[in-house]
Amino acid sequence: MNHNNKPILSSARKIYLKKTHQTNFFIILCKIILILGLIGLWEIAGTLGWIDSFIMSQPSRIIRCILDLYEQKTLFEHIGVSCLETIVGFLLGTFIGTFIAALLWWSPFISKVLEPYLVILNALPKVALGPIIIVWVGAGQKAIIIMALAISLIVTILEVLHGFDETDSEKIKLMRAMGATQWQIFRYLIFPANIPTIINSLKINVGLSWVGVIMGEFLVSKAGIGYLIVYGSQVFQMDLVMASVVILTCAAAIMYQGIVLLQKFLIKHIH
Amino acid sequence: MKKIVNVLGISLNYQAKNGEIEAISNINLDINEGEFISIVGPSGCGKSTLLSIISGLLKPTTGTVDINGKQISGPSSIIGFMPQKDQLFSWRTVYDNVMLGLEIQHRKTEENINYVKKLLHTYGLYDFREKYPSQLSGGMRQRVALIRTLATKPELLLLDEPFSSLDYQTRLSVSNDIYHIIKQEKKTAIMVTHDISEAICVSDRIVVLSKRPAQIKAIHTIDSELQKYSPLARREHALFRTYFNQIWRELDANES
Ligand SMILES: Nc1ncnc2c1ncn2[C@@H]1O[C@H](COP(=O)(O)OP(=O)(O)OP(=O)(O)O)[C@@H](O)[C@H]1O
Ligand SMILES: [Mg+2]
Repeated sequence: MNHNNKPILSSARKIYLKKTHQTNFFIILCKIILILGLIGLWEIAGTLGWIDSFIMSQPSRIIRCILDLYEQKTLFEHIGVSCLETIVGFLLGTFIGTFIAALLWWSPFISKVLEPYLVILNALPKVALGPIIIVWVGAGQKAIIIMALAISLIVTILEVLHGFDETDSEKIKLMRAMGATQWQIFRYLIFPANIPTIINSLKINVGLSWVGVIMGEFLVSKAGIGYLIVYGSQVFQMDLVMASVVILTCAAAIMYQGIVLLQKFLIKHIH
Repeated sequence: MKKIVNVLGISLNYQAKNGEIEAISNINLDINEGEFISIVGPSGCGKSTLLSIISGLLKPTTGTVDINGKQISGPSSIIGFMPQKDQLFSWRTVYDNVMLGLEIQHRKTEENINYVKKLLHTYGLYDFREKYPSQLSGGMRQRVALIRTLATKPELLLLDEPFSSLDYQTRLSVSNDIYHIIKQEKKTAIMVTHDISEAICVSDRIVVLSKRPAQIKAIHTIDSELQKYSPLARREHALFRTYFNQIWRELDANES
């Protein structure tokens, strides 16, 4: 009798499950060994003088550097500044981009007129605009955020507009037959149907926004992770540069994972 | 019998980049209240175009369409359109899907809401009203799509190959269901289909169109004896073969 309601597994199934379990475990183990191995090797190479740890830095020195920043109470200030700029950058990029895409969807005429300019702007490496932005809005946080926005805006417009235009024409026909206005078609069909596209843009924009923020901080800032990197290299303190890169990696990864979770949540609940 | 639709000498030319496409040429058709009409014709001949014109979505190049004696000039709530596939919105629950038309037309009155709830009850979907379309079977989705169309209380239903996305087995039972719902709700219906058998099973009259530009090639009135049977039973009847062969030959002659 099977009292605990578990299905009875065939022996082939048991062997299969055991095998996949073992493989997965082995993969995780290798991942951990790989990173610990690399860090260990770096540390040993520095200690034994195989590499010049003044130039190459060293894991222990990086950790000490991060702890120093923490003790000086500036660690979270720098992280906070950069994260805030990035978040504002990708949110603005996604919202403004979606809004402009909606206007272009609304008017195929304007869309056709602007198409070549959007394509050219998209091809332009936006960091080239950095100095112009600084001259126009001043060397401050505003310039950094605009930089982040500039990088993500055009791609967002193109991606989201593409999604809007690809919406099933039979569904549009259905709504027209019900007597829907253009605004109702947008509100009830085009926008909700493209929420996955918009979230996907948001995801891409997180990465792009970091590029803009770090570039911007290289050029103008007084605080932030990009500032730490530039400052560290100017005073030739490679520990600080490396520590900043490590912090940046963690911050960017955590933010990206956050968006992935948000995406999963939204897709599950509205699609 | 009261006439509900009066199609008078309509033609339509599409203006495409590479020239003018003549889709429909001089079609005349009267449809009585409560009638179930099927339109069959070779693919690309202009069947969907004809439905779009009757629904007011497209203006004919020449000719007019009168509904209840009044010339139409755009979409109206007298007409309910059921497109190819079910086209349910995956982000809306069954209930929100069937309410779509009333929401758009700002007609979510208590009376209309109760009517929709009654439809959901009658056709076995009330318990599924909070589910999402992806959680339903193909046949159920099709019924939801029909209720969405019925919700706005149209007098005339236009169905464009409503079952074309279903597998054969489901198709038989769903077309049977939909036929009974349409008859029970006393609606007039025009259905486009590729499937000759399906047309014979559900129709009172079958309109056969020529290849593009679509013209009426023949109209078959289904024998009143055969009309007494339900769609599934019609397939067993001796007359079924006769109609099938005749229509098949008419469509086949188009190909050459
Ligand atoms: N918007 C349009 N512009 C130009 N040509 C069109 C347009 N819509 C349809 N056509 C053409 O008009 C003809 C009739 O199209 P329609 O969709 O009415 O045919 P159909 O009989 O419904 O075809 P199917 O059997 O594939 O559903 C086709 O040749 C099609 O290519
Ligand atoms: Mg068609």
